[in-house]
Amino acid sequence: MGDILANAMPVQGLIGGLMIGTASAIMLLGLGRIAGVSGLAARATGITVDGAPRPLAIAFVIGLPLGAALVTFLTGPVEARFEQGAVALIIGGLVVGFGTRLGSGCTSGHGVCGMSRMSARSLIATGTFMITGFVTVAAMNAMGLGQ
Amino acid sequence: MRRPIAFALVAGTLFGAGLAVSGMADPQRVRGFLDLFGAWDPTLAFVMGGALIPMAIAWRIQKRMPTPMAAERFTLPTARDLDPRLIGGAALFGIGWGVAGLCPGPAIAGLAIAPVPAAIFVVAMLAGMILHRLLPAARVKQPALEASNV
Repeated sequence: MGDILANAMPVQGLIGGLMIGTASAIMLLGLGRIAGVSGLAARATGITVDGAPRPLAIAFVIGLPLGAALVTFLTGPVEARFEQGAVALIIGGLVVGFGTRLGSGCTSGHGVCGMSRMSARSLIATGTFMITGFVTVAAMNAMGLGQ
Repeated sequence: MRRPIAFALVAGTLFGAGLAVSGMADPQRVRGFLDLFGAWDPTLAFVMGGALIPMAIAWRIQKRMPTPMAAERFTLPTARDLDPRLIGGAALFGIGWGVAGLCPGPAIAGLAIAPVPAAIFVVAMLAGMILHRLLPAARVKQPALEASNV
């Protein structure tokens, strides 16, 4: 157990997770909406007309970096190791953008909101993107593309 | 409209703060979770577990609420079919997640932490979303873009 947790941040993870879940609960009980970041980002930028009223989507999306900046301000620098090159960021970004629209959600919408609702679609989607994520990292490591 | 915007801003800010606190703004930590057969880092599982607790409670409360606190009605997904789009889209998303170590939330929150690489990812992600909109085979039941955005 100690070995597995050697580099992990279980306490911060749990606290941050509770914050993310509470934020999602505010969206659900306050606004009657799913806090799905991919959908809200598409709505905020006008890429789609589906979903939340645009001002709400924009406010939520602006809040994300605002919250991260607030943590930096209060607790000091937040670790963000971007060791992958621009090519990986661009390919990853394109595939994530396309895939989340095609699959109607990402880690927040399917993972947090859908799974807690016991939605069959979200359970299948989350299982699927976890598996392809595991396989992708394993394949990249095997090909010597590990970062 | 002001009160709903305050709700959305508070939710987004708390969400972004949670991502920063939990280490999820760090692509290497996320890739560490996805590196199941290597030096596995279970932090993301704690984040997901923590996030599911308030939401599981929220869904139970939601069932007893006639309307949300700051909106006229609940607008929630109703689709039930496990169609190829759902599974294909999720599969693609997982691949991109593994390649970059980023999903949409941490990438957008990361604009405040590591602006340049986060922006590269976010611009590519929006391009991927636009590409999806432009491919007629990929989208169904999606109305045309708002006139004001064309």
